[in-house]
Amino acid sequence: MSDTDDETEPRTGATTETDAGVRDGPDADSEPLLSISDLQVHFDTREGTVRAVDGVSFDVHPGEVVCVVGESGSGKTVTAESITQLIDMPPGRIAGGEVLFGGRDLTELSDKQLRSVRGSRIGHIFQNPQGALNPVYSVGWQIREAVRLHRDVSKEAAHEEAIDLLDRVGIPNAAERVDEYPHEFSGGMRQRVVIAMALAAQPDLLIADEPTTALDVTIQAQILRLLKEIQEEFDTAIVFITHDLGVVAEMADRVVVMYSGKVMERGDVYEVFERPAHPYTQALMRCLPGRGRTETTEAIGGSLPEPTDPPDGCRFHPRCSLAIEDCAVGQQPALEGVEFEDDSHVASCVFYQPGYDDTTVREQARDLSVGGADGTETHTDGDSAPDGVDSESAGADSVDAEAGGERR
Amino acid sequence: MSLLEVEGLTKHYPVTQGVLKREVSRVRAVDGIDFDVERGETVGIVGESGCGKSTAATSLLRIEEPTDGVVRFDGDDITDYGKADLKRFRRRAQMIFQNPKSSFDPRMSMGDSVAEPLKIHGMSDPNRRRAIVEDLLERVGLSADDADRYPHEFSGGQKQRIALARALSVNPDFIVADEPVSALDVSIKSEILSLMEDLQEQFDLAVLLISHDMGVVRQVCDRVNVMYLGEIVESGPTEEVFENPQHPYTAALMSSVPTPDPRKRGMGTELTGDVPSPSNPPEGCRFHTRCPAVIQPEGYDMDQSAWRNVVDLKTRLRNEGVDLEALAEQHAAETDDESTDPADYGTDELADMAREEFDIPAQLGDPGADDVLERALDSVATGDQDEAQALLDREFATVCEREEPPRQQIHDGRSSACHLDGETVGAVALSDD
Repeated sequence: MSDTDDETEPRTGATTETDAGVRDGPDADSEPLLSISDLQVHFDTREGTVRAVDGVSFDVHPGEVVCVVGESGSGKTVTAESITQLIDMPPGRIAGGEVLFGGRDLTELSDKQLRSVRGSRIGHIFQNPQGALNPVYSVGWQIREAVRLHRDVSKEAAHEEAIDLLDRVGIPNAAERVDEYPHEFSGGMRQRVVIAMALAAQPDLLIADEPTTALDVTIQAQILRLLKEIQEEFDTAIVFITHDLGVVAEMADRVVVMYSGKVMERGDVYEVFERPAHPYTQALMRCLPGRGRTETTEAIGGSLPEPTDPPDGCRFHPRCSLAIEDCAVGQQPALEGVEFEDDSHVASCVFYQPGYDDTTVREQARDLSVGGADGTETHTDGDSAPDGVDSESAGADSVDAEAGGERR
Repeated sequence: MSLLEVEGLTKHYPVTQGVLKREVSRVRAVDGIDFDVERGETVGIVGESGCGKSTAATSLLRIEEPTDGVVRFDGDDITDYGKADLKRFRRRAQMIFQNPKSSFDPRMSMGDSVAEPLKIHGMSDPNRRRAIVEDLLERVGLSADDADRYPHEFSGGQKQRIALARALSVNPDFIVADEPVSALDVSIKSEILSLMEDLQEQFDLAVLLISHDMGVVRQVCDRVNVMYLGEIVESGPTEEVFENPQHPYTAALMSSVPTPDPRKRGMGTELTGDVPSPSNPPEGCRFHTRCPAVIQPEGYDMDQSAWRNVVDLKTRLRNEGVDLEALAEQHAAETDDESTDPADYGTDELADMAREEFDIPAQLGDPGADDVLERALDSVATGDQDEAQALLDREFATVCEREEPPRQQIHDGRSSACHLDGETVGAVALSDD
């Protein structure tokens, strides 16, 4: 079983000039803060070994938001929880790969060493804020604990800090509410409290696992904006796990699309949304109303593969409309550059391998580009010129893609 | 005549206290809603959690007894029905629930589950039941053999298909689907929705779809009702409502949905605050405590966002009041000042803290309004909050706080309950930031 070599990464080190235009915000040339490479997480169950995460690699640079998107069972949550080993071990185990954070491989650390990383340099926000808060202590007490656990400050100073944090995450009347208990807060407010706790130690990295899924849309919008503000103000990197492509578009600098434990596609958010390269990503986009040439949505069909017995070849091939015979044999295809040879936008699909005809898959990508919907979505405030969106090299593709207008 | 006509449907839950169960207040989950559903049509009710949409569904089917109101099904008022009539009605009106996991008995085969409504409604021949079940399973995209399998052998999407089959087994005219796809993945979601659309056509069903998901509603509903805090604030044909919302809440709700396009980031209107409690809904328009378009008092012309924050201050004064000690404590937490005792600060300082707490800018954009606000904040700082409240209520009176907006007919089949006219709503919704 040579799962390890199925993801040979074309790492070219320095980014090329053409690529530089794509990036904005976080410095892509900097050393990654977190670098996951070929991570394997297995769960031993009675039905057999589940390879929940099967050779996942991605980097997170300081101050960057990386969204890991996938359906349930794709392994996105296990990936996130494996970073600081929050998964239950056993039955889970990290069967291979490394998680480099600040130069150290977290998979090698002892429990005690890990505890000093968790919560202090890496903060967590979970889907259900109710579960992350202790109902018998006031929220102030819990934030004070978080502050004092990681920093040597007096009780009074920690209390002041708790009020300050609550105010900063947008809880009105913070000084009064600091003494209240979790049940006295609404769902959205509770999630703000959890975010305040995660920020208490001033982490470099936040791992947010579906932090808005349990919330209403109007509250979701508030929480997303708050996370964005935090990222900008403290230059905190965020690994954001979600199933919602709308949320990805709102938050991400870079996107990792997962399916059945594998990375299907990875790249800059504009690249992935404007030229979704992998047939799976394309299929996900087609599930959204208002994408592509028609207003109608199109279901993917079929169901997720059995986790104990995934199909050979590409994990998505049984549901893929473009699948050819070669898709069903061997390993998941290696991640290949879609436009360039570097790491800026890669997809794990046989059509991007040398020697295959990629016309159809690229045509589909073009049809799905946001501007591709005939005149329906193209009227943003289109006066601002699209600034250097690597259009030169992309050729015909870019015409549609650019119609959307300004960058942010 | 419509298949279903709902008039003034109301469901209040009493909150009781003590051994005598004295009613101390009531949760107004659904507070007088009107809508109708035609034959073969899909109508949506959309709103955030706690707006009463699910309660509306359960009380119109009399799964819970409505407090008040009339529900006419095929011309008959079902709120008058006795037991036998109700059972007959329930054969014609079925319900599908959000969580397919909990809506099946794990110890019953799927075939038995699907056949159960048939049994209840008097089909005693097991062979005929079996034949119907097999036919239905095939119609929802499964195979006849699946009748002998058990719930744990199916995925969530498959279970929801079977739930559809079960609802259809008694050949109903009307289905209430409460968040039928919320628990499913995106790729499965659109599959179930298109199955629902197909079946609806085949069986000529009327569907009432309850959802918080704007995308789902837009995809399948012909008409939509938007609910907020127990009331319908806007209704009309789905595309019209989505394209051109007339109520500020609808506009904000639509724009809160993140667009799957990274170039349209942060373009939504953000609603501040939480949904108020339905046990004590705000006076006047229930949305005024969060409305970005809340109407300005007569004779003033402030920046709308500043005015929005002033309304927040007013709301706080009316409810719990402004806590000066908390303000001082917060001030101490944020600055180098040590004291947490408001007595150590001057009136001006405290007024500034209050201003900061509500994010009210130094200038409201109207000198007359600045003057009133300054006086009010001074009263707050000196501890005379009643005076501050009285002053603000007198000077900054807005129709949104006073009067419940009437439901205005925009054209046939389209209505909205807002004091503003539609054009203003659109303008405010777009001019955010």
